[in-house]
Amino acid sequence: MRNLKFGFAISTPRSINLDTADDRMLKELKAAVPSFKRCMNCGACSATCSARQFTDYNIRRIHSLFRQQQYQDLEKELQKCMLCGKCTLVCPRGVNLRSMIMNMRKILTDSKRKNNE
Amino acid sequence: MSKYFSPFVIPFVIGTILLFVFCIWKYIRWYKGFDRLQRAIIKKNILSWKFLPAIWEIVMESLLHRRIFKRNLMLGYMHASIAFGWFLLIVVGFFEAEFGIHGSKPFWVAIFYRFFQHDHNTFTSATVFTQVMDGLLLFVLSGIAIAFVKMIYSRIVGMKKVTKHVIFDRFAKVSLWCIFPFRLLSESVTAAMYHNGGFLTQTIGDILPFANVYVEYTCWLFYSLALGVFFTSMPFSRYMHIFTEPFLIFFRRLGVKEDEQKSGFTMYELSACSRCGICIDACPLNKQLDIKGVQSVYFLRDIRYKMLKDEIADNCLMCSRCASDCPVQLDLMSIRRQMRDKKELDTKNNYRYLDTVRAFNAMDRVVYFAGCMSHLTPGIPEAMEKIFETVGQKYWYMDKEASICCGRPLMQQGFHTQASELRRKNTQLIVQSHARLLVTSCPICYQSFTKEYKLPIKVMHHTEYINMLIKSGKLKLSKDASLKVTYHDPCELGRGCGIYQEPRDVLSSVATLLKIPEEREHSLCCGFNLGNTVIELEQQEKIRNAALENLQTGNPDLICTACPMCKKAFTRATEAKVMDIAELVVKQTEN
Repeated sequence: MRNLKFGFAISTPRSINLDTADDRMLKELKAAVPSFKRCMNCGACSATCSARQFTDYNIRRIHSLFRQQQYQDLEKELQKCMLCGKCTLVCPRGVNLRSMIMNMRKILTDSKRKNNE
Repeated sequence: MSKYFSPFVIPFVIGTILLFVFCIWKYIRWYKGFDRLQRAIIKKNILSWKFLPAIWEIVMESLLHRRIFKRNLMLGYMHASIAFGWFLLIVVGFFEAEFGIHGSKPFWVAIFYRFFQHDHNTFTSATVFTQVMDGLLLFVLSGIAIAFVKMIYSRIVGMKKVTKHVIFDRFAKVSLWCIFPFRLLSESVTAAMYHNGGFLTQTIGDILPFANVYVEYTCWLFYSLALGVFFTSMPFSRYMHIFTEPFLIFFRRLGVKEDEQKSGFTMYELSACSRCGICIDACPLNKQLDIKGVQSVYFLRDIRYKMLKDEIADNCLMCSRCASDCPVQLDLMSIRRQMRDKKELDTKNNYRYLDTVRAFNAMDRVVYFAGCMSHLTPGIPEAMEKIFETVGQKYWYMDKEASICCGRPLMQQGFHTQASELRRKNTQLIVQSHARLLVTSCPICYQSFTKEYKLPIKVMHHTEYINMLIKSGKLKLSKDASLKVTYHDPCELGRGCGIYQEPRDVLSSVATLLKIPEEREHSLCCGFNLGNTVIELEQQEKIRNAALENLQTGNPDLICTACPMCKKAFTRATEAKVMDIAELVVKQTEN
C-alpha cells in the first residue's frame, strides 16, 4: 500500500501540548536571529528555493513548525538546504533566512547531543 | 673575554637567548603542522629559482615596507625608519665592532660598542662609522617620534582608526619605544666622558649637566633592560611579525597556499600580522555601521590568543576589501573560512535528491550556468541567451529549469563536506556534457568554478565572454557616446578573481564610462554579500547606500554591474537605472 501513489496523502495528526512544550530552543533561535519574528508566512522563500525545485523541502513550513515547537524531522529536513541565499534576498520582511537555517541546525544538533548525553 | 663583560649586559643576553629559543621552537612546531600538500610543494620548489624573488620581496616589504609607502608616505616612513633603520644599525654596528676591536669578542660588544671602546680612532674611517651610526639612530628615533604622534593623532599617517591593542602588546610597544631613547642617552653620557660620540651624541653629551660613571652605567643598564624586555616579549606579542613575515613571504613564493583546514601555514600567517590596523579603515562594517572588534586585525589576534568567538568569525562580508589593503597580503578570506568550520553540522549525503539530474550532451555547445542569483534577475539570463543567438553559438542552459548551487555559499560558511558534494555533482554534469567552454553570469559561481572546482574545460564570466566576442568581431555593437555609465566592481569578480578590465572594455565599447572615486581594488561592497550571516537587512542597506552613492558620482544615466546580486541590491534602492553589462550589450547590439 505504501508504494502506491495517489497524489495525495493523509498527514499525521499534530497538536501542540502546552504542558510538554519546550520553548527553550525557540527562545534561543529568536535571540540568535531577531528577524525570525518578522515573518508573515508569505512563502516567497519557498517559492524561490533552489532545493524546493528538486524536493518537497519547504522553508515556510519549517519556519512555522519551529515556531510551533514541533521539531520532529526538522534536522534531517534542514540538511537539504544549499544555502544559496535566494530566500534571504527575496524575503519582503527582511528575515535573515540563511542565518535562521544555520542557527536552527545548530540548535537542533546541540539539543540532540545534550539528550544523548 | 672578561674585558668585554659587564653585568649590565645580562638582561640583553637573556632576552636574546629567549627570543631565539622561542622563535626556533615555534617555527619548527608550525612547520611540522604543514599538511601533506603544502610540504610536497615546498619539497618540489625549495631548490628552484623561486627563492630569488622571495629575497627581493623580503627586502622590499619586511625592511622597506613598499606597500605601506604606496598607501601613505608618512606611515611608510614610520615603518621603514624603525625596521630598516634598526636593521642598518645592527649591520653597521657589527662591522664597526669588527674593525674597531680585533680578535674574538662576545656578540654583545657590537650592541654596546661605545661602552666597551672609548677610543674612536682605532681604524681608518672610524669617525665616518661614528657619524653614520648617529645618523641611523636619528633615523630610527624620527620613526619612533611619528609613532608617538600617531598614538595621539592618527590622521597624520592617514589612518582614521587605529587598532586597540591588548595590554601585553602595549607593554611590548613601550619597551620598544624605550630602546632608542635609552641608547641615545647612554651613548651621549659616554660621549660626554670620553669624547667618542658623533654629531648627535656628542652634541647632546656636551650639554648634559651630569656625566659620571654611575650615570653612565645606569643608562647602559636601562638600554640593556629595554632590549631584554622587548626581546622576551616579542615571540608572544604582535612583534612576532618581524621575524615571521620573511618566512611567510618565502613559503608563499614557493607556492604554499592556505587549505580548507587550519594548518601550520595558518600559524605563520597569524603571527605575520603586525596589527597595524590598516584593515579597520577598509572594512565596510566599520565605515558604515561602526561595528567594532570584528575586523581582520582583531579576528587574527583572537585566533592567535585562542579567544575567538563565533559571532566575530561570522560577522564578515567576505568582500576581501581588507585583504586588498593588507600590507602583508595575508590570505584573510581563507583564514576566515577555516575558522567558520561547522564540524558536526557539516554532514554527508545531504543532496541525494540531485541524483536524478542528468547531463545533456552538449558536444559542440557552450555550457551556460546562470547561477542561483541570476534566477532572481531573469533579465540577465535572457540577455545572455539573446547574445548566444545573435552570434550563432549553440548553448546548453544548464540550470534553466532548476539550479544546483555551485557550493561556494556553503563553503564560505564552513560546510566543506556539503560544498564538495555539490561541486562533485556539478563537475559530473559539466564533464558528461562534453562541452569545451563554460560561461557563467554569477561572479560567486565564477570564482568557485575557477578556484575550487578542477574542471577540465575553460570557464569564463559573461563579461569575459562578451569581451571576447567583441574583440573577435562576432558581436557588433553601436556605441552611444551620450550614454554615461558607471561600473560597480563586484567583490567576487574584482578582488576575488582580478577581473577589472574586461567589463570596462565592454562598457567603453557601448557607452561612455565615468570614473568614480572608489573603484577596482577599492570598490565598495553592495552589502548583500553572502559571506555575512550576522548583520540584518537594515545594516546591509546602509552599506549598499554608501556603495550606491559612490556609483552615482558624476550623475550617470545608468549604473552597470556584472553580478546579479549587486544588481538586485541596487535596483531595490534607487530610481536610477541599474543594468547588467549583458543587458546593456543586448540593447546596443546592431541588428
